[in-house]
Formats: sequence, C-alpha cells, structure tokens
Amino acid sequence: MTHFTTLTWIDYTVMLVYFGFVISIGFILKRYVHTSTDFFLSGRSIPAWVTGLAFISANLGAQEVIGMGASGAKYGIATCHFYWVGAIPAMVFVGVLMMPFYYGSRARSVPEYLKLRFDEKTRGFNAISFATMTVFSSGISLYAMGKLLNLLVGWSFDTSILIAAGIVLVYTFLGGLGSAIYNEVLQFFLIVFGFAPLAFLGLRDVGGWSGLQERLASVATANGFAPGAYTESWSHMGHAASNPVGVEWFGLVMGLGFVLSFGYWCTDFLVVQRAMAANSMSAARRTPLIAAFPKMLMPFIVIVPGMLALVVGPQAQPPRDLGAAEARVETAALAADLAVSRQPSAVRAQEPVIERTRGVIPPKLDPATGEPMRDERGRLVLDYDLATPMMLVRFFPAGLLGLGLTALMASFMSGMAGNVTAFNTVWTYDIYQSYIRPGKDDKHYLGMGRIATVFGVAISLAAAYVAASFNNIMDLLQLVFAFVNAPLFATFALGMFWKRATGHGAFTGLLSGTLAAAVHHGLTLPAGAVAGSIKGGYFGVLQTFPSELAQTFWTAIVAWTTCFVVTIAVSLLTKPRPDEEMKGLVYALTPIQKDAGEPWHRRPAALGAVVLVAALVLNVIFW
Amino acid sequence: MRLDIRWPIGLMFTAIGALLAVYGAVTLGRPGTAPTGIPVNLYWGLVMLAFGLAMLAGIRKRTTRDG
Repeated sequence: MTHFTTLTWIDYTVMLVYFGFVISIGFILKRYVHTSTDFFLSGRSIPAWVTGLAFISANLGAQEVIGMGASGAKYGIATCHFYWVGAIPAMVFVGVLMMPFYYGSRARSVPEYLKLRFDEKTRGFNAISFATMTVFSSGISLYAMGKLLNLLVGWSFDTSILIAAGIVLVYTFLGGLGSAIYNEVLQFFLIVFGFAPLAFLGLRDVGGWSGLQERLASVATANGFAPGAYTESWSHMGHAASNPVGVEWFGLVMGLGFVLSFGYWCTDFLVVQRAMAANSMSAARRTPLIAAFPKMLMPFIVIVPGMLALVVGPQAQPPRDLGAAEARVETAALAADLAVSRQPSAVRAQEPVIERTRGVIPPKLDPATGEPMRDERGRLVLDYDLATPMMLVRFFPAGLLGLGLTALMASFMSGMAGNVTAFNTVWTYDIYQSYIRPGKDDKHYLGMGRIATVFGVAISLAAAYVAASFNNIMDLLQLVFAFVNAPLFATFALGMFWKRATGHGAFTGLLSGTLAAAVHHGLTLPAGAVAGSIKGGYFGVLQTFPSELAQTFWTAIVAWTTCFVVTIAVSLLTKPRPDEEMKGLVYALTPIQKDAGEPWHRRPAALGAVVLVAALVLNVIFW
Repeated sequence: MRLDIRWPIGLMFTAIGALLAVYGAVTLGRPGTAPTGIPVNLYWGLVMLAFGLAMLAGIRKRTTRDG
C-alpha cells in the first residue's frame, strides 16, 4: 500500500528526543517506588495542577485526537457538545460532590469503593468488567495507531505497535502511576504544541473563522442542511433531521450530557485514579476542576482541524523538486485522485469533481479490494479518521511534521498508560488480593503490580492483532462495554447520596441496567443499517433512530433509568446497612468539607462555579 | 522531595524548540519548508524554546525563594 508522506532525519530526531525523555522519567521515578501505594497511587503525593493535567491527558488518547477530528469533519462544531455538555458538567460534579467519598473513604480504587459502600459482588462485577475493558480498549487504540502510521508514513504495523507499547511498558513498569502521571503532563503539553499550529495555519488558509463559516455553509447546503449547520452548535438541535449529528436536544442533553458523561467522568477509574493520587483532599477535589479549563479549550485544537479538513484546498504550489525532503508534499488530494483514478473510467466520468473528495479527506478504501467505497447513491464514502492526519501532512513541513506525529504518538501513549495503570491497580487490589491471594505482604502485591503491567501490555498487543484480523469481534466487545457502562452512574449516585441503597439493590440494578441496554439496542436500529447486524435490531425493530449516535444516547438513557428504578425498588425490599458502617461513604453520614478560609481558586465549589460559567459562555458564543 | 516535573518539561521543550528553530533558520527559504508561506519551524521552534526556558526559570525562582 502506498503512504502519504515520508519522514526525514529532523522528524526522527524530534521523536527520539521525546522517547528519551519519557523513558528517563521512568528510570528517575523508579527510585521513589518502595511500596504498593507508591506504585499504584503514587504515594498520594502529587500537587493538584499535575494530577489535573494528567486527568485530562489520560483521557486524551489517540482515539480522542483522531476521533474528535473525524467528528469535527462529520458533524462540524456540534462535536463540541462532547466537551461542553458531555464532559465539563460531569467533571465539576465529580470534583465538588463525589471526590470527598472516593478520596476520603480510603478506597484504593473505584471498585474498592463499591465494596466498602455495597458488597463484594457489586465490586467483583465492576472490577472484572473494568479490567477487561481497559486492556481491550488499549488494544483497539494500539491497532488504530499502527494502521494509521502505516498508512501515513509507511512504517510497518508490527514495528509501530511494538515500539509504542514497549516504551509505555518500560515507564509504567519502572515508575508505576507516578511515572505515568508525569509523562501524561509532558504528553499533554506536547499534544497542545503539536496540534495548535494546525488550527492556526488552517484557519489562516481559509480566511479565518468567518472564511471557515462561509465555506462550511456550502458544504451544509450541499448536504441538505441550513447554512449554519456545521458552525452553530445549538441552533439546529431542535430536530434530529436538521443537524448533521442526527440527534435532537433532549437525547443529546440526557443521553450524552447526563448518562454517558457522568457515567464516564464520575465512575471510570482510569480518570478517577489520577485524582486519587493527589496529595490532599483539597487537591483531589480540584483535580477535575483544574482539568476542566484545558478540556473546554481542547475543541480548538482537536475539532477545528477536522472541520478545516473538509474545506481547505490542496497544496497551493506543488513542489517541482521531489527530492528526499520534499517528497512529502504528495498531498492528500493528489493521493485521493490517484485512488479514484483506479476506478473504471465510466464511473469516473459521471462523477462531478465536488463528489470525489472534500477538502483533504481521502475516500475510504475497501480493505478487501483496495477500491474506494461508495454509498447506496454512488457517492464516495470519506475516511473521516484521516481528517486530522491529512491536515498534518498538508500544513506541516519536515520538522513540524515530526512534532505533529510525535504528538499523535504521545496522545496514544498517554491513553495506553492510563489504561495500563488502571488495569494493574484493579487487577492487583480488586481481583488478585481479593479473590486469588489475600493476606500477603505488601512486597508481594508490589511485585504482582509489576507483573500485571507486563501482562496488561501483552494482552493489549494481542488484542491489537485480534482487532487487525477480526474487526467485528472488537466492535462487539465495545458494544458490550457500552452496555455495562451505561447504567453505572445510577449505582454511584444512589450509593453516595442515598444511604438506604443496599448491596443487593446495587447489584440487581447494575445487572438489569446492562440487560436493558442490550434489549433496547436489540430492538432499535439507526437509519440505513441492516437489522440483525451489530448495529442493532437483532430482536426485531420497534423503532428506527435517525443516526447511530441517537441510538447510543437513547440506549444509555434506558439503561440508566432501569438501573435507577430497580436499585431503589430492590433496596427498599432488602435490609438496610447500619449507619455506622457507612461513615465517610455516604453524603448524609460524612462531615461537610470546610474550605471557607481558602482563596476562591482553592475552594472546589467556587472553582466549579467558574468552570460552569466559562463553559456556558462558550456554548453561547458558538450557539 | 520528588523530582520537580518542570525539569523534564522544561528540558524537553528547550531541546525540541532549539532543534526546530535552528533547523528552521538553516533551511529558511528552501522549497517545501513553508507550505503555507510562513517559516513555521523557525517561529514555532522559538515559541517552544521560550516555553521550555520559562518552565526552567520557574524552578529556579522557587528554589531561591525556599532556600
């Protein structure tokens, strides 16, 4: 397969400098790891701004950078809802209201909190599903990265994923969570510096924000929407059919903004673990709030390039000298043309130019035949996942391109390290220490943590190869994870704020919520999908949604509601736990944190209010 | 006391910034080095260099104040 650009020595040098630093951090921090708490919780010694940046960086995996760029190209500015609606409110909630119970309960992980608050079976269910999910999702992103680097710069799939996974293994194995967190902060800055010029150069190329609005207006009308559909985030949310996302405001706010967002940010140990490593309760509570500031500005770095990819023109002046350094400028548009020219000429002749590609986004190639794919109306299917990478190739010269690709790898590594460190903790504390070998000394569990790190990376690699050969298995797994995750926030909210909730209630609630998700998904179908496939409708089709996202959001709403109702019903029928066992675990039985004497930026509630107002302002500006 | 995180951040951005700035300065005007008409390697390299040095300066300041 051909690739889109070639790297030169300067690109490789930038990459090597970065590799050198991340590995050195692992070696330096190894000195501080003496106990399992040092390894899994970084000795609870890290200041808030560092855990805050790690909090957002662990979430900023390659799938986020690539996926949000892709969504930016597909849905336009409405993709910002994943940040301003789908992240910020939940981040404020976990910091202000939930962190006192996570950090204050002495639990070492999220499943362990469930054990303290509810019972063993609820913890077991959460620990096992979470541990499986983390290794498989890091495998999926490993696969995505290997495929992308192969396509972009022609590296072999095996080499790319082995090097990336190997580096992550070295620094998490040596320095544990502390090393992962330090590197996440480093990676955060690298991602910002690597991608920020992309939005700037791209916007300059199309004549600024107003130029982008103008060009996207013609894309919008060509796709049958109002001219502002790609550049206004709320104006077209009245009906699912009037915006490119295919969702109406209620499904968006409840499904994404409430259920999915709170389910992820408030209960996922991958992010919560960063806050638990903070050096004080106050720092733990401020961690997600500090993270919220860069998080709400992230769309300008990751979504805007995707939107630009739809409308920027090809290289202004194709270079004449295709020497080593300049060979890179074989632009996306050229490559896309090449891909199309392999089509039978009859087909090509019917296609007007505008139908071939949009901006720099190439068509999706059929993996079996290598031919560009077309939808039922004969239009090219675009490979949106290449939106951001193609922008890198289009706008960055040698040198900066190395920085951009290093940032891409950094985003991948921060996500993978997040998964691996969350996995080794849950595995060691919640599975190994609880069910396999309880009562050993701390050294034993520290050793197990290191073994689990190797093991976690190895399974991720295996999962990447499984994904490479059986794509459907991975899709299926992700679907199952979505079912397991959707109801989670109901369990935690009831556990923390309603002391009458019982272990039996929580467990039955979780199970029935998961089942409800599967049943709802099996009875509905997104428009244009085949019933009985992985897209849904395998029990029959009761309802058709305008888009896959709408289906996902409504599945989550159904799962959450079922879990909420069943947990309450079963709790009321079962014996409550005595109050004295739940001190520090439930809102009504925990002394309120006093922080009145602190300046506002150290008071979680005040900081949270500032975050919410800022997010509101952004929503209004891009309404 | 742990390693101050500003050390690795400061050193890495100083190194990468200097590298890109020098490369940008040396290759100034060559075809293909400024696809958008701006010598981005030079400018962005200088920005990163300044960021790296600012991080390192932050450590010095705190050390002097503390001790």
